Amino acid sequence: MKPFADLLDRLVLTPSRNAKLKLLVGYFSAAPDPDRGLALAAITGDLDIPSVKPAMLRALVMERMDPVLFAYSYDYVGDLAETVSLVWPAREGRVPHNADPSLSDAVEALLAAGRANGPTVFAGLLDRLDPPSRFALIKLVTGGLRIGVSARLAKQALADFGQVEVAEVEELWHGLSPPYEPLFAWLEKRADKPVPQAQALFRPVMLSNPVQDGDLAKLDPGDYAAEWKWDGIRVQATADGGSHRLYSRTGDDVSGAFPDLLEAMDFSGAIDGELLVGVAGEHTGTFSDLQQRLNRKSVSAKMQEKFPVFVRCYDLLQDGDEDLRPLPFVERRARLEAFVARLPAERFDLSPFVDFAGWEELDELRRQPPHPVIEGVMLKRWDSAYVPGRPKGPWFKWKRDPHMVDAVLMYAQRGHGKRSSFYSDYTFGVWTGPEAKPELVPVGKAYFGFTDEELRQIDKYVRDNTVERFGPVRSVRAEVGHGLVLEIAFEGLNRSTRHKSGVAMRFPRISRLRWDKPAAEADRLETLQALLDG
Amino acid sequence: MRPSDLLQPRPQGLYCPPGDFYIDPVKPVARALITHGHADHARAGHGAVMATRETLEIMAIRYGADFTGSRQEATLGERVSVNGVEVSFHPAGHVLGSAQIRVAHGGRCIVASGDYKRRRDPTCQGFEPVACDVFITEATFGLPVFRHPDDAGEIARLLASLEQFPERTHLVGAYSLGKAQRVIRLLREAGYDETIHIHGALQKLCDYFESEGIALGPLSPATIGNGGKSAFAGKIVVGPPSAFADRWARRFSDPVSAFASGWMRIRQRAKQRGVELPLILSDHSDWDELVATIADTGASEVWVTHGREEALVRWCEINGIAARPLHLVGYEDEGD
Repeated sequence: MKPFADLLDRLVLTPSRNAKLKLLVGYFSAAPDPDRGLALAAITGDLDIPSVKPAMLRALVMERMDPVLFAYSYDYVGDLAETVSLVWPAREGRVPHNADPSLSDAVEALLAAGRANGPTVFAGLLDRLDPPSRFALIKLVTGGLRIGVSARLAKQALADFGQVEVAEVEELWHGLSPPYEPLFAWLEKRADKPVPQAQALFRPVMLSNPVQDGDLAKLDPGDYAAEWKWDGIRVQATADGGSHRLYSRTGDDVSGAFPDLLEAMDFSGAIDGELLVGVAGEHTGTFSDLQQRLNRKSVSAKMQEKFPVFVRCYDLLQDGDEDLRPLPFVERRARLEAFVARLPAERFDLSPFVDFAGWEELDELRRQPPHPVIEGVMLKRWDSAYVPGRPKGPWFKWKRDPHMVDAVLMYAQRGHGKRSSFYSDYTFGVWTGPEAKPELVPVGKAYFGFTDEELRQIDKYVRDNTVERFGPVRSVRAEVGHGLVLEIAFEGLNRSTRHKSGVAMRFPRISRLRWDKPAAEADRLETLQALLDG
Repeated sequence: MRPSDLLQPRPQGLYCPPGDFYIDPVKPVARALITHGHADHARAGHGAVMATRETLEIMAIRYGADFTGSRQEATLGERVSVNGVEVSFHPAGHVLGSAQIRVAHGGRCIVASGDYKRRRDPTCQGFEPVACDVFITEATFGLPVFRHPDDAGEIARLLASLEQFPERTHLVGAYSLGKAQRVIRLLREAGYDETIHIHGALQKLCDYFESEGIALGPLSPATIGNGGKSAFAGKIVVGPPSAFADRWARRFSDPVSAFASGWMRIRQRAKQRGVELPLILSDHSDWDELVATIADTGASEVWVTHGREEALVRWCEINGIAARPLHLVGYEDEGD
């Protein structure tokens, strides 16, 4: 258990993606089967062990220690799993080091125990573990490791470990199950690539590159099709042999949240499209509306009625038994049109083409899209095959220009790693309240968009204008007559009940430092609210 | 005589009326007995100071030779009279030179432990339990959540990280008196014999520890030479924790921020400080050591000071030992 516990402890405190990958690869290289496969499943959320409820955890520890001392401890630590892992009274004659049960020993014991015996077996395991391992075990059984590692990152680590493309891992993934021994055998070149038996598998998604200065001058508009870029979430709707699945673009199975859509997936094939709220062909809802439906394990009938979802279809990857991905886009598109024509019209529609004669005309169109839920245009080469990943050339995204707002720096937090001695994460606010006596309300946080030199300048400003310190955070002087104005670029705005301002920015970043601009002239909250209503 | 007539809290610190002296006063007083050299216990400007030779020397290094009017060296275990009160110093195992102070008068005996720990520390003499009627214990880590793991295991994690991230500088935050030298010494015991780079604030104390026979191996100032940032890739740099938030830390390449402290037991504490590699190494007793020590002294009454008094008082209640918190002000958390 100890290597797994060490891994979790390192991951949770490691901010850098590369360092996380390195830690994961190190673990996969060192840990034996089936431990590493179970650890992988725990990280990707695919390990299902009978759960121990927080109340039971509390009851178990109360049998063993004074409730007042427990209350003091819990109050201090604040996290139940961590408190229990630390206060758990070691039994007489501490267990020698070599008795550390392995991750698989622990999982097997819990699986074999069943509901009635579960608590006893669980407590017995806690007796044999040290505090970090107890914490890891508790997290395993209470669900949700919360270590800042997505399933996608875990798959990337597997790809790094085996020196293969991540798309290969993604494609296999949903056909495999814990402890993934054939997968590891393949990654270690000890066996052939596993052949998945399961149905409705995920096909790794093709992504685009942003249009950069000078890109288009070299390209012939006649080689490209243009489509609107819709502001929903990219999905893959896959069905065959009675299985229906909806995947996110990173290959996470999100079917559970969309039973209404799954019911309408009466086809055999794989569609690449945009999941949107509304009714296909009639009404397209905003991303805010879509958020009501995201990240849910299950969804009520009322919610399904109020925020129905549909797929705006971009591409057809599989038609019956035929893999269409090697075909040119123009042929896949023709097949898609025929395919979508047979599907329920309120759940599936076609992404329309944008007619354009040249790049200048398209530039105009992407700046002034005809619908608020459009965030730009997509360019696809007519002859492009469907290739996983982000190949340079066949597909481009050309986004609408970002929204801009002038905000005032309010708080700065120290960064991590390379930036640990810099105040590099900035919370900024806009004015609200009466014109005569305005107040700043925070509207977002940004930690990139500036150069190294600008970072040094802001860091100096923060240190010279600190009002108060709270651990790694400094509150910075921000008044009508004195403050640093930051021009913030962002992609969109959502309503938020969690923030005092009532708004949450999407993808905010610092666009410019406005040393020249008086703080009093920064924007007001009303400017942002107008965007919400628009 | 009641115990509280022998020692009692005053705003300046713990005061002994019959002996007319203070123990670890936080403000300048006429006569001070000092348990150890950490700044919150040992302050400059007293009329007279009695402490172990090492503590007196450490105070002179930190504050200059004229840190007190007069000084008296305490020999461990030797009973001397201070204004008719019997006083003796006994090893506390906290840092080099640290001592508990036993005060006896009128048939009563109180031991003020100062800060202490029970586990082996290669840089200072180990704690010795002293029988007494009243034991004054610290409670820095006085909660059952604080259970310090083995030192060797923590050092092994640091070395493992160094191996896994050989391109990154490993910055170890450690308090400059005691903790820093202990980390260095433990690294040497684990077989690490490369040069360890130190922040300028540690130099004098490291030299002093060397002169006391505690071999720290090759040390070098963490200043940029010709090598630039890459000179510190894969190296260990030890410095006071406060320096890591400072511009000083910018000279290192993609550092792994480590921090050697008992507080690192709590994940949120590590996270808040941006610590990537917490090392649970403390100068203080953990919960198990605190309660074991209370039992070892055989004291019938316990006074609990600086830290989480309420939990230790509660433990004493459950175990039938009279206990009360002693509200002393001015002592800081370890390493903060």
